[in-house]
Amino acid sequence: MPRILSSIVASVAAVFVLSSGAFAAAPIKIGALFAVTGPASFLGEPERNTAQMVVDEINAKGGIGGHKVELVVYDTQGDATKAVQAANRLIKDDKVVAIIGPSTTGDTMAVIPVVEKAQIPLVSCAAGSKITDPPKKWVFKTAQNDSLAVAKIYEDLNKRKISRVAILTVSDGFGSSGREQLKAHAAKYGIQIVSDETYGPKDTDMTAQLTKIKGGQAQAVICWGTNPGPAVIARNAKQLGLKLPLYMSHGVSSKKFIELAGDAAEGIMLPSGRVIVADVLPGSDKQKKSLLAFVKDYQKHFKAEGDHFGGHAWDAVMLLKGAIERGGDTPSAIRDELEKTRGFAGIGGIFNYSSSDHAGLSKDAFVLVEIRNRDWILVK
Amino acid sequence: MHFDQISQYLLSGLSTGAIYALIGVGFSIIHNSTGIINFAQGEFVMLGGMLTLFFLSALKLPLIIAVVLAIGVATLAGVVFERLAIRPMKDASPISLVIITIGGSILIRGIAMLLWGKETHAIPTFSGNDPILVGEATILPQHLWIFAVTAVVIVCTKLYFSFTISGKAMRACAYNRRAAGLVGIDVKRMVFFSFAISAAMGSMAGIIVAPLTMTSYDVGVMLGLKGFCAAIIGGMSSGLGTVFGGVILGILESLGAGLFSSGYKDAIAFVILLVILLVRPQGLFKKGETERV
Repeated sequence: MPRILSSIVASVAAVFVLSSGAFAAAPIKIGALFAVTGPASFLGEPERNTAQMVVDEINAKGGIGGHKVELVVYDTQGDATKAVQAANRLIKDDKVVAIIGPSTTGDTMAVIPVVEKAQIPLVSCAAGSKITDPPKKWVFKTAQNDSLAVAKIYEDLNKRKISRVAILTVSDGFGSSGREQLKAHAAKYGIQIVSDETYGPKDTDMTAQLTKIKGGQAQAVICWGTNPGPAVIARNAKQLGLKLPLYMSHGVSSKKFIELAGDAAEGIMLPSGRVIVADVLPGSDKQKKSLLAFVKDYQKHFKAEGDHFGGHAWDAVMLLKGAIERGGDTPSAIRDELEKTRGFAGIGGIFNYSSSDHAGLSKDAFVLVEIRNRDWILVK
Repeated sequence: MHFDQISQYLLSGLSTGAIYALIGVGFSIIHNSTGIINFAQGEFVMLGGMLTLFFLSALKLPLIIAVVLAIGVATLAGVVFERLAIRPMKDASPISLVIITIGGSILIRGIAMLLWGKETHAIPTFSGNDPILVGEATILPQHLWIFAVTAVVIVCTKLYFSFTISGKAMRACAYNRRAAGLVGIDVKRMVFFSFAISAAMGSMAGIIVAPLTMTSYDVGVMLGLKGFCAAIIGGMSSGLGTVFGGVILGILESLGAGLFSSGYKDAIAFVILLVILLVRPQGLFKKGETERV
C-alpha cells in the first residue's frame, strides 16, 4: 500500500513539473537513439556528441522560431530490443515530435514499425539501403547507401580500364552488406570478381588471403571493413610486395586508419564523404560551408576531428530544423516538409528528398580520395 | 598452385603459430602448478600491449623502458589477481577456479576499456618495416623478434624447471600437490609464482605481437583462445609440445585460408581442436603419464 501511495505522489509531482515546464517555454522535443556504447559505439558516440552540439548551438541562437529545442537521447547499445523499448519511451513518455537515429541498420529496421504506428517521423543515421527501399512514409535517412560507395569505386576502375578484381570483406554486418553490393553491381560496370575472400573482424594476419589473391588473376583489390582489419591488410599487402591498386571502403575514412596502417597506407584509395577533405575542396563546392563549420565546431567541443558518422547526426538535426521552420512542429507537418527538402547541402551530401526517395543522395555524395604523405588527396 | 604461394602460407603460419605458442606456454605453466586453466591469460597479453602503448604515448618513455615497465605492471596485475581471486578460495574445485578466472578476465577487460577507451592503437615495430625475403616468401623483422623471444622463453623455462629449486618445487606440485606439501613445499607460494611467471610471459607476448596485430582493450579474447588451443594440442606442456601446438595451429589456419576458404579459417582450426580433444585428450605429443612441465 505505501508503495502505491508513493507512486501516486511521484506521478502527481511529475505532472506538476511537466506542466510548469510547458508554461515556461514549450520546447520542441526531439528524440534521439544512438548506439553510444557497445560494438557500434564508433558510430553512436560521435553522433550523440554532434547532435547535442548542434542542438545547443540552435538554442544559443534563440531556438527554432522562438522555441527552444530539447534533445532526449537514449542509448540503444546496438541492440534492437533496447532500441524498440527506447523508441516507445520517446513516443509515449517523452512525447517527442520526431526521432533521430538509430545508428545501425538493425536497430533502425526494428524501430520502423514503432514509428509508423505512432506516426512520428524518423531520420535514421544508418547506411543500409533497405531502410528507405522501398520508401516508407515516416522514415528518412541521412547516411549514404553502401551501393553509392561501390559505384564510386567501380567508376574509377572503369576509368583505369581494370576489369578483374579481388574482393576481401570482413565477416560482419558491414562487410557482408558491402560484399552483396560489390557482387550485385559488378556486371553493370563490366567488372568480374575473380577472387572472393573474407576475414574475421578480430583476425591479426591476412597474408594467406592476400597471397592467394596475388597468385590469381586480379588487377585490383577491394577491401571492405572497419578498423583495425583493413590496416592489417594494408600492412600485409606491403609485406608481400603486392603491387595491385588497393581500394578500401568508406568504413575506414578517418585519420585513425592512416595512423594504424602507417606507411602501408600510402597510395590506398577509398570512397569517402567530403568531410575528411573539407579544407581542400574547391570554393565552388556547395557543401564546403557546412563542412568547415562542422569540422571546426567538433574540434572546438570534443578535441577530435569530426568524422562522417557525426555528420549523419548533423544532417539529421539540420534537416529537422529546416522542416520545423517551414511547417511548424507537429509530427505530420515535419514529415511533409522533410519530404519537400531540396538541395540541402549537408555533411553527407546534397539532399533531395521526394515521395519516392527518402535517402535523398546521389553517388556524388562520395568523393574518391587517395592517401598521400599521411593525408587525403582528391582523386579527379 | 605455385611453390612460392605454399612457402608463403607456411611462413605466415609459422609466424602466427609462434605467437600462439608464446601465449599457450603461459596457460601451461599455471595449469601445471594449479590444475586450472587461467582464462584471464589473454588479458595479460592485452595488458602487455596496452601498457606499453600507455607508457610510450602518454608518458613519452623510450621503448625499452616502456617494455620493462609494462611487463612489471602486468606481472603485478597477475600477482594481485592471484591474491584477491584465487587464494581466498581455499577448497574450491578446479572448475570454480576456472569460472573465477573467466570473471577476472571480464573485469580486467572492463577496466582496460574504461581506462584507455575502445579504440585500436598501433605500436611502432622494434626494428623497421622492411620485409625480409626468405626464398620466394616474405616476413617482417618483427616476426624474427617473435621467433627469438619464443625460443629464449622456451629455453629459460626449461632451465628453470630443470635446474632451480623453485622450478623443481613447482614440478613437484604439478605431479602431486598433497605430496609436495607433505615434503615441505609451500604449494601456495608455488601457485603465486606460477601466476607471476605466466602474467609476465603473457604480457611479453602481448608486447612483441602488438606492432603486428595492433592492440585494443579486447585483443586478449581471440589471442587467448588461440593460445589455449596451442596449449591443448601440445598437451599442456610448457616446453616444445606447446610450441609445436602453436605452429601446427598457425600453419593449418594459413593453409586453410589459402587453399580452401578464408571464411572457414577459424572453423578449420577449432574443428581440429575438437578432434584432438576427442581422440587424444592428453595432447598430440604426450605418451601416457610422463613429465608434464
